[in-house]
Amino acid sequence: MAANCVRFAASLLGKGVNGASPTNPVTLQLYRQICGTSALRRKNLAAAGPEKFTPEFIQKQIEEFEIGKRHLANMMGEDPENFNQEDIDRSIAYLFPSGLFEKKARPLMKHPDEIFPKQRAVQWGPDGRPFHFLFYTGKQSYYSLMHELYGKVLNIEKHQDRLRAKGLFSTETKQISLGTSRWLTKEELEELLVETISTHDYDRFIQLMERMLSMAYSSLEEEFILRHRQQLEAQTMHQVVPPLQKDDKGVDFSTAEGKRKTSKSSAVVRDCGSGSITINGEDYLHYFPVLQDREQLMFPLQFTGLLGRFNLECTVSGGGRSSQAGALRLAISRALLSFVSEGEGEAMRQAGLLTPDPRVRERKKPGQEGARRKFTWKKR
Amino acid sequence: MAARALTKGLLGLRHVRGATVKFSNTGHHFATSSSIKSSEPQTNAVTEKILNLPLEKPDLFRVSELFSLKDLFDARVHFGHKKGCRHRLMEPYLYDSSLDYDIIDLDKTVEHLRLALNTTAETAYRGGIILFVSRRRQFCHLVETTAKDCGEYAHTRYWQGGLLTNAHIQYSPGVRLPDLIIFLSTLNNVFQQHVAIRDAAKMNIPTIGVVDSNCNPSLITYPVPGNDDTPVAMELYCRLFKMTINRAKDKRRQMELLHGLSKPSASSS
Repeated sequence: MAANCVRFAASLLGKGVNGASPTNPVTLQLYRQICGTSALRRKNLAAAGPEKFTPEFIQKQIEEFEIGKRHLANMMGEDPENFNQEDIDRSIAYLFPSGLFEKKARPLMKHPDEIFPKQRAVQWGPDGRPFHFLFYTGKQSYYSLMHELYGKVLNIEKHQDRLRAKGLFSTETKQISLGTSRWLTKEELEELLVETISTHDYDRFIQLMERMLSMAYSSLEEEFILRHRQQLEAQTMHQVVPPLQKDDKGVDFSTAEGKRKTSKSSAVVRDCGSGSITINGEDYLHYFPVLQDREQLMFPLQFTGLLGRFNLECTVSGGGRSSQAGALRLAISRALLSFVSEGEGEAMRQAGLLTPDPRVRERKKPGQEGARRKFTWKKR
Repeated sequence: MAARALTKGLLGLRHVRGATVKFSNTGHHFATSSSIKSSEPQTNAVTEKILNLPLEKPDLFRVSELFSLKDLFDARVHFGHKKGCRHRLMEPYLYDSSLDYDIIDLDKTVEHLRLALNTTAETAYRGGIILFVSRRRQFCHLVETTAKDCGEYAHTRYWQGGLLTNAHIQYSPGVRLPDLIIFLSTLNNVFQQHVAIRDAAKMNIPTIGVVDSNCNPSLITYPVPGNDDTPVAMELYCRLFKMTINRAKDKRRQMELLHGLSKPSASSS
């Protein structure tokens, strides 16, 4: 223990002694005790910042991953050459079954590039000169992007001036089709540039992009602009219309399913002529004695004005009286889509007939009587 | 006897430390904070001869041929600000004032500009890092393009406090600081002296600065009295610096090829 604390500074003096005149070799060596406590040598972990991974470390991890992948394939008795990520996930789930609810907490084996965050390589060459000309600003990628962007703005202005001089300037030029796209968010831009930027910087970037877009001849730099825009996902989930089938007697019919709370239902709508409704083999009057439930069944037909035309054969299970009626209503509306035009289908969607009701029973919480009801508050 | 041994040991130490200093700093005349890491890979006789070449002749790079007084006059370099904006320390550089507008003495400008260009050429010849600084938004793009064309560096954006003084934390440890800073405008956007002038003086980095009649030339190593507001004048300065740096680098490459130092890509890029 004492040996750990004490370091001998003999080597330092020894070197100096040798450097002196070789004719007078000094035999006596002096020792100096340097004591240090473990507290002094403990690293300040908070000040170190996020852990930095060297490229050599990442390379070693990649090699180990490749070897491990082949071992895993051998263990599972599969071909090591064509062992892709889905097979890895499957094998790991088989070998290490986990009952944890959080999927991210379960054991995983992924390529190191996906696990370790992307980091900047060393930014200067062997002579110390940085590679990027804006290195000394601190935010080289962001400022080089701004520099490039401003250069393009000046380019477009010069082009416009040249056309104006020739008299060929016109405002009805090909505009860039932005469609359903939006500017990249600040997080996406940070990911693109691999460095952090402030909100102020981001605002400036968007301002300059908007300025470029507002110019008449901005289509010159279309590719650059579109690189910084993100396509929005399809807004409306297009309604899947159930196909219109024909049975042996030549009658059109279509089937659809519906859910509400815990009830599941399926309805077959036949284009017969009479308006009979059968639920689980029973007549609807017997199955639903309450008027409210029968009204729910009637609503889609009444809305489209096709009340007496169809025969409904439905099955329903689970839930209570009201939820079964709601499930049936959804199933009938979906089945009707195949008999009705697109415009009417859109009208049905806007009326709310095609939206499944997302409400489910809320759980009871401890310390309370029910989901929301609290115990009676007593003042004393 | 113990005391004699102790003194002998200490003398030896001093001798060793002195020796190390002598060997590592041959190529580097500017004492920057990272001066211990020399920019030259080997200190052999040929490299020393190449490096000492500009010191033997007064104007090896012929910078005085790059511009004339008439060029400066045409580029409106002699225009200063009004009498109210005048800085006291700029009075020696002013020729006269007409209708309250100060006129900068172009003879002095020619002399100072020649010195400044000579210094830039020598720094570029030795593979030093040159940083162009300007906080004027109109000329930000021009300065950055100039730096990119020379293969040097530029900083025309907001100056974060510790870029020079706190470099090992702002960038990674082991970063190399600029060997020369060129200010194409010494004032920042609020008409105060740029922080980099004071920081460069603290870090022993020589500076060249275009000082207008409202600027303070005291901390700048090679002030160049001249106009920093007109686009024509700024384009002239950028062109001059770019030409000197390119000339110096070409000369260096030429010298290395001449003396048979192979790998033409070993010269500074």
